[in-house]
Amino acid sequence: MSTLGELERSVMDILWSAGERLTANELQDRLTALPGAKSLATTTVLTVLSRLEKKRFVARERSARPHHYFAARSREDHMAELMHEVLGTAADRTAVLERFVGQASDTEAATLRKLLGR
Amino acid sequence: MLAVSIALAVLAFALAWPVPLLLGAAAWPSRAPATALVLWQAIALAGGLSMIGSLVAFGLAPFGQDLVGAAAQFTRASAPAGEAPSVPLVHLFALSAGVLLAGHLVLNLVLTIVRIEHQRRRHERLVTLLSAPVPDRPNTRLLDSPMPVAYCLPGGLRSVTVFSAGLVDLLDEDQLQAVIEHEKAHLLQRHYMVLLAFDAWRTSLPWFPIATRAMREVGMLVEMLADDHARRSAADDALASAIVLVSGDAGGGAAASAASGGVAAGSAPRAADSAWSLLPVASAPSDTRARVLRLLSGEPPLPAATRTLVWLCAISLVALPTVILFAPGFVG
Repeated sequence: MSTLGELERSVMDILWSAGERLTANELQDRLTALPGAKSLATTTVLTVLSRLEKKRFVARERSARPHHYFAARSREDHMAELMHEVLGTAADRTAVLERFVGQASDTEAATLRKLLGR
Repeated sequence: MLAVSIALAVLAFALAWPVPLLLGAAAWPSRAPATALVLWQAIALAGGLSMIGSLVAFGLAPFGQDLVGAAAQFTRASAPAGEAPSVPLVHLFALSAGVLLAGHLVLNLVLTIVRIEHQRRRHERLVTLLSAPVPDRPNTRLLDSPMPVAYCLPGGLRSVTVFSAGLVDLLDEDQLQAVIEHEKAHLLQRHYMVLLAFDAWRTSLPWFPIATRAMREVGMLVEMLADDHARRSAADDALASAIVLVSGDAGGGAAASAASGGVAAGSAPRAADSAWSLLPVASAPSDTRARVLRLLSGEPPLPAATRTLVWLCAISLVALPTVILFAPGFVG
């Protein structure tokens, strides 16, 4: 997968752990503060953000300028979705997920229960 | 032409029902999974060709004694200026059915490819965001999840093998290596293409219980092929114990297939639908057990002569419908 993909991942990691809405400039600062990070142009950050927005991973608050960006769904939500796909349509999916719930953190467990509709 | 149509119908029936049942019940495929996989593909292809051929031959029967002549006659008859001979309606129905069936099969294959590609891309986006590349292992990504899973995600030059932190915790270094080699084999040998074709076949002929059965058998063979590839660099014991550990830990076949096979899916016949990676199916618990026993028993591969024989059968099988279809032209 591309370096652009890795940049997208860094952006998402920052947004997921930030707990607040960030502007593109704040994101740029945090990205360049990452260990081993290269300097980034603001336009690159904006490109990455708009790509992520198009894929519906990121949403933005448009009421104020500059726009504030935030993760559309939590990391746990996405992980649960991915696991759901990986474990597929297994007949004993519920059993597997029960087990997963046993191993999962509280947030993950809640998400899974939500996915299972219980 | 009537005889041709009947011969092809008999062949289509044999390939749709008794032959797959016999092959599914046979013991030898686990000793020569690659050869068996070729035979399954030949059966599916020849089955489709003879079904279509039978309908077309019956439809064209009133127009001539051999296919080429009849087709030419049919074209002349259906030209606007031509005089339409009175042909029983049932033949025209058969002809339309043959053409529609061919169109249906091709269209379904295309739709399946599009659908799977769509799922694959969506999954790839998720994987990119949720996993980190593993240093020193090209095209390998580590997923931060406690569930023990490993699978491969085909994507041309960007194919990746994904495994989870849960798997690393569960397995020792040798076992992990074996599982990763297994997944790499799926990518290397392009197993998703075979599975995709069989998945398309299954969804185009939902009234064919055999197609589902074939899909499962093919899924199992593909797992065995990947096992064999992994055995080249990993000890049989490491691979077998990894399969057992993962399936035991997940409390049933589902994660077993995810871990050792790829796409997930317990005993669910729909498995390949979740196929962001397309990989199989296998793994009803009985399938997992069969794979493990196979690794531990060290049964010898089928002799080369026998394998060659099966290959020849497969090739003849694919050629047979065409030969039957055109035979009257050569004989008469």
